[in-house]
Amino acid sequence: MNINLTLVIQMIVFALLVWFTMRFVWPMILGPLEERSRKIAQGLAAAEKGEQSLAEARDRVDAIVREARERANQIIDHAQHRANELVEQAKAAASSESARIVAAAQDQINLEAQRARDDLRRQVAGIAVKAAGALLGREIDARTHADLLDKLATQI
Amino acid sequence: MTSEAPSSNEYIIHHLTFLTNQSPRGVLDFSTINLDSVFFSVLLAVVFGGLFYLAARRASAGVPTRFQNFVEWVVELVDAQVNDIFHAQSRLIGPLALTIFCWVFLFNALDVVPLDLLPGAAGASGIGHLRIVPSTDLNIVFGLSLTVFLLIIFYSIMMKGLVGFLAEFALHPLRIKGRPLVQTLVAPFNIVVELASFLARPVSLALRLYGNMFAGEMVFILIALITLSSGFAGLASLGGWVGTLGSLLLGVLWSVFDLFIGFLQAFIFAILTVVYLAGAAEHHD
Repeated sequence: MNINLTLVIQMIVFALLVWFTMRFVWPMILGPLEERSRKIAQGLAAAEKGEQSLAEARDRVDAIVREARERANQIIDHAQHRANELVEQAKAAASSESARIVAAAQDQINLEAQRARDDLRRQVAGIAVKAAGALLGREIDARTHADLLDKLATQI
Repeated sequence: MTSEAPSSNEYIIHHLTFLTNQSPRGVLDFSTINLDSVFFSVLLAVVFGGLFYLAARRASAGVPTRFQNFVEWVVELVDAQVNDIFHAQSRLIGPLALTIFCWVFLFNALDVVPLDLLPGAAGASGIGHLRIVPSTDLNIVFGLSLTVFLLIIFYSIMMKGLVGFLAEFALHPLRIKGRPLVQTLVAPFNIVVELASFLARPVSLALRLYGNMFAGEMVFILIALITLSSGFAGLASLGGWVGTLGSLLLGVLWSVFDLFIGFLQAFIFAILTVVYLAGAAEHHD
């Protein structure tokens, strides 16, 4: 064990190696390291921001959907209301129409009955005149006795 | 194992002898070089520099590859420690700590390479001695710590000026403000204490690492000694089996532990370097 030239050589090699590390290694490794940590920080911030805006968008979508649903319900309500209205209207129209038809039919019936009654009365009057003529034995002048006959006819 | 097994003593000495260009003369001999230490030190410098240079060149702010991830993890580990300890601005301190941490860890990691593997291969190709763990070489660890020591002095003078640097020796640890006379009286005491603690830094830095790794290597040698004399022939008896399996188990356990120690010591070396330089860069008043 002795101290010799190895000591000096080691000191020189050491100095060279430190210089080499200082010149070619250390800054080239630390530089990208710092840059990467900056990038990662930026990425994380961006991700957080993205998440936030996603949540905001989701809220907005929820609001829009809720509003749309409300409007749809409103429209459905409105449509139902309108349909009921239409049905009611149709019912009213139908019943009034039927009443009108019934009334017209009734009028017709009354008219027919009146006419039949008049006919009958006239025939009865004719028969009565004939019968009276036969009874009196002479012709009753229809013209001269028209007033009498009409009076008679109305009495039947 | 050769047929003629070496004695324990020879085996240990063999493993503690460096591959040198010549037999060293005396404790201090600057014409000798430990070729193995220099080789592995430079090799690991290339490994570290190459890997990290590759990662640095491919580094981008995009999605990192696994390799880049690993390199970045190491760099961030060191950077976090440096930022915790060292508050002045410096372009040197981070790379310095990273280099020390990785390089020393690679030194220490070589300790778990099977003890006789590389020296055995070297022996087969005619190289007599080989020690592959640079951090078990005093020259290597002192090479590191003395460079750090020079940096401490350089930083102190740069931040405080030569006068400020020298004045700190007289003004610490006992600082008596507003009493110049008393301060002058305690100055010699301050200088002795401060100088001792100042000079102890490179020594403790180097010897802490050296001691830990040398001890780790020593334990591997001792584990290897269990089966040294018997070799494969020991497998003929039950005791031989117990010894072989026991040394295997111990070897695995110690490898894990030693790797942990190697990591820890590399980390401590780097952190203490940063602490010392932070002390040098800061004004104490």
